[in-house]
Amino acid sequence: METPWTTALRVAALLAADPHGFGGVVVRAGAGPVRDRWLDTLRTLLDARPLRRLPPGTGDDRLIGGLDLPATLALGRPVLGRGLLAEADGGVLVVPMAERTSPATSARLAAALDAGTVAVERDGIGARHPARIGLVLLDEGEGDETVPEALADRLAFRIDLGGIGLGETRAPGARASSSRADGSSAFPPTAERGGSAAAGAGHDVPPYDHEGTPVRDPVATLCTTAAALGIASPRGPLLALRVARRIAGAGAVDAAALAEAARLVLAPRATCLPASEATAPDPDETPQDAADDEARDGSATEPPPDDGPRDEPRDASPGPAPEDLVLSAARAAIPADLLATLAGGASGKAAARAGRFGAGAPDPRRGRPAGARAGDPRRGRLDLVATLRAAAPWQRLRPGPQPVRVRASDLRVRRLVRAPETTTIVCVDASGSAARERLAEAKGAVELMLAEAYARRDRVALVAFRGAGAALVLPPTRALARARRDLAGLPGGGGTPLAAGLDAAAALARGVARGGGRPVVVVLTDGRANVARSGAGGRAAARADAEAAARALAALAVPVLVLDTGAAGEGARALAEAARARYVPLPRADAGALAAAARGAGA
Amino acid sequence: MDSVTARHRDGEPDTVFEPTPVASAPPPAPVFPFSAIVGQDAMREALLIAAVDPLIGGVLVLGDRGTGKSTAIRALAALLPPMRAVAGCPYACDPEAPAAACPHCAGGAPRRAETRAVPVVDLPLGATEDRVVGALDLERALTRGERAFEPGLLARANRGFLYIDEVNLLEDHIVDLLLDVAASGINTVEREGLSLRHPARFVLVGSGNPEEGELRPQLLDRFGLACEVATPADIPTRVAVVRARDAFERDPAGFHAAHAAAERATRETILAARARLGAVAVPDAALEQAARLCLALGTDGLRGELTLMRAARALAALDGAATVGDAHLARVAPAALRHRLRRNPLDEAGSTARVARAVAEVFAA
Repeated sequence: METPWTTALRVAALLAADPHGFGGVVVRAGAGPVRDRWLDTLRTLLDARPLRRLPPGTGDDRLIGGLDLPATLALGRPVLGRGLLAEADGGVLVVPMAERTSPATSARLAAALDAGTVAVERDGIGARHPARIGLVLLDEGEGDETVPEALADRLAFRIDLGGIGLGETRAPGARASSSRADGSSAFPPTAERGGSAAAGAGHDVPPYDHEGTPVRDPVATLCTTAAALGIASPRGPLLALRVARRIAGAGAVDAAALAEAARLVLAPRATCLPASEATAPDPDETPQDAADDEARDGSATEPPPDDGPRDEPRDASPGPAPEDLVLSAARAAIPADLLATLAGGASGKAAARAGRFGAGAPDPRRGRPAGARAGDPRRGRLDLVATLRAAAPWQRLRPGPQPVRVRASDLRVRRLVRAPETTTIVCVDASGSAARERLAEAKGAVELMLAEAYARRDRVALVAFRGAGAALVLPPTRALARARRDLAGLPGGGGTPLAAGLDAAAALARGVARGGGRPVVVVLTDGRANVARSGAGGRAAARADAEAAARALAALAVPVLVLDTGAAGEGARALAEAARARYVPLPRADAGALAAAARGAGA
Repeated sequence: MDSVTARHRDGEPDTVFEPTPVASAPPPAPVFPFSAIVGQDAMREALLIAAVDPLIGGVLVLGDRGTGKSTAIRALAALLPPMRAVAGCPYACDPEAPAAACPHCAGGAPRRAETRAVPVVDLPLGATEDRVVGALDLERALTRGERAFEPGLLARANRGFLYIDEVNLLEDHIVDLLLDVAASGINTVEREGLSLRHPARFVLVGSGNPEEGELRPQLLDRFGLACEVATPADIPTRVAVVRARDAFERDPAGFHAAHAAAERATRETILAARARLGAVAVPDAALEQAARLCLALGTDGLRGELTLMRAARALAALDGAATVGDAHLARVAPAALRHRLRRNPLDEAGSTARVARAVAEVFAA
């Protein structure tokens, strides 16, 4: 019986076998005893190989390495201090709070994963160290917060320890022994159900009986499966192939090995459900039904007929084809929460996937410290320690009576990085008869968002469109009092110049992005445009203009949310599609729901 | 540690996989052969063009994760034929025409020539300023109390390639240094009591994922060609990608041997194109077409036109053609111009589509 915990142990065993080859694992779990236990297991399996921890905010000198100043001064020659990447060579580097990893750090980690070496070009020293590391990204993110995709894409495994009780990790004897008699396969598939863990998992691999049969074309099988699951990056099938090879050991890759590799590597990366199963399946369906369903899926996603090896006659093995098995195994292992998201049709391709902890903008005055660099202290803040460090090696070369001889070139200033601030641009349809009510709701939502803005350090702006054009009613602000005053005099009524409204929102979003902020656009409309960009009336032209404006908005790659205040299925849905926006029908919006939806868009 | 072990199932030990042995010395990582890259024709063509005519000004490769951006660039490095350089010159001056700014070769001492591999220098993220531009030699300062200049990465990259992975994440102050040097071809060092200039003319090659941060327009403009790579959408191509990569990982030496002939052929193509480059004629008609194209797209300045012309000529040389024709211009136009367009807020189409549209209009006329 595979439970999430045995899967996690399995991943630990595989990872320990070849940390660098598999890249590593994303462990989604809060800090706690289960996670600690898993890490202990990994440490045991790694044996003598290193397991290092990368504390959040670690600077380049510790991560990459640099001049070891005490040793340099003591020995009188440059000594290079190795960084964590080099120290973890051959083992794993554990990254706590990985969802907060900055793009800069994740790029350094990715470079080490790709090259297997770390290049040091720092502090007057150039060197290259082996850094064949695997990564363990401890993801404690909530909601939409995730680890950087650039990093996760390079790691073979993703496990979720969330639903595992401590008891499950402690009592191995409580589980039924393996039903496989020969024990030749590393992963015995069983049809047993039972134990409390099954409720959390609910995705058993359906029984199959021709394991051991070598699969003729494992590469094609994995690529087909990956395509059916909507996995774009070729690293998915490539890593799955490595895992399958490792599971199969010296023998040929068989269906069981492929199925397990697909289950461990491909399933957690799924971005869509296999073609014929767009609707959420009943989790309680019988195994027989599931097998039937999955056989259908597989046939729907077969590779083109010109794909050579598939045409060859296969062994007369009973049961479904290996492709179907692999896909069904992967499909069955898609985590429940991911399944719900995918089945809900939520757009998996949000324009900005960097998360709230996006690229930090350098700021000379404010922000969190991000190292030091050579510079003029008149234009920044002097970093005294870094300055003394920079001066130290040269003391012998600089004659003089002073105890410490510091030159202008030694001066270091603090580098500060500011997290981008989110500006929510509310673009509201103030036209027509319902305007009064809708405007009141929008105003209420803006005020609610502003009330939280102080804590979130966010700003809110309001664009209203009515009559012949759009107006910026409230420029980006976090001042509640000012917002109340500006919003009070907002009139409603007239035509619906939707295109003008979207253009104004897009212009504002561009301005915000240029200023280093992170815009989020919330459009509140029923989508029934009747005034074109030119200001002239006419539904057809107005609609065409509105869709063009929506596409322009999509090209900005900022998160957009369309709240449909009309009867669902009218213009607003098409608008949302054109803007690649999240679409929420909200016929009777109240201020609270509105604010909540906008928060969701920005998160 | 408590009683946690990797055991379950009635005490039967869980499968422990054989650890991969870890060697102690870093072996030179084998490089995936350039000729074996599946698909990504635009990127390969742009890299070859830059290898034929270094004056084009480098290549920027932007694209999705896992599309082999870094692979292709490192592969090109392994492919390049060696060059002649002044023996012992830290800036690898050409023995026929040493750079005027070279502190090593300017002395007029007799010069011996040697053969060197074309430098492909990695500018790793986290590199400090002193290593990039060069600084006082720390070793000599500490051990002998001497004041000597130690050339940096820019010096090493002279006459070769400077490769920056994740170029959009490069620190601003390093970008500023690069902008200045890339434009002038000379690195001026004024620090720690040192004052010198040395040649630093290199082909800037950058790669990055635009989702992870925008590139500054000034840096964007320094790249001659920009190409976009995307994950192959069809399954047969994906299968071929994974199959090639898998074969390479399982047997790097065998894979190299299998592609040795193709690699040699590509190298010959580059050498032949370089030899032919000066003889490729650029008719006035082609110049006019290039100008018309840039006008239609409203690109800023003359750099676009110049790059378009040079790239088309290098492409013609690669093709073995005697003159630059419309077909060459049309093929290089997206790479030469797409990153020089002004953003048009009312045009929702991407820059690649806009170039394609302009090409269709100009060449139809």
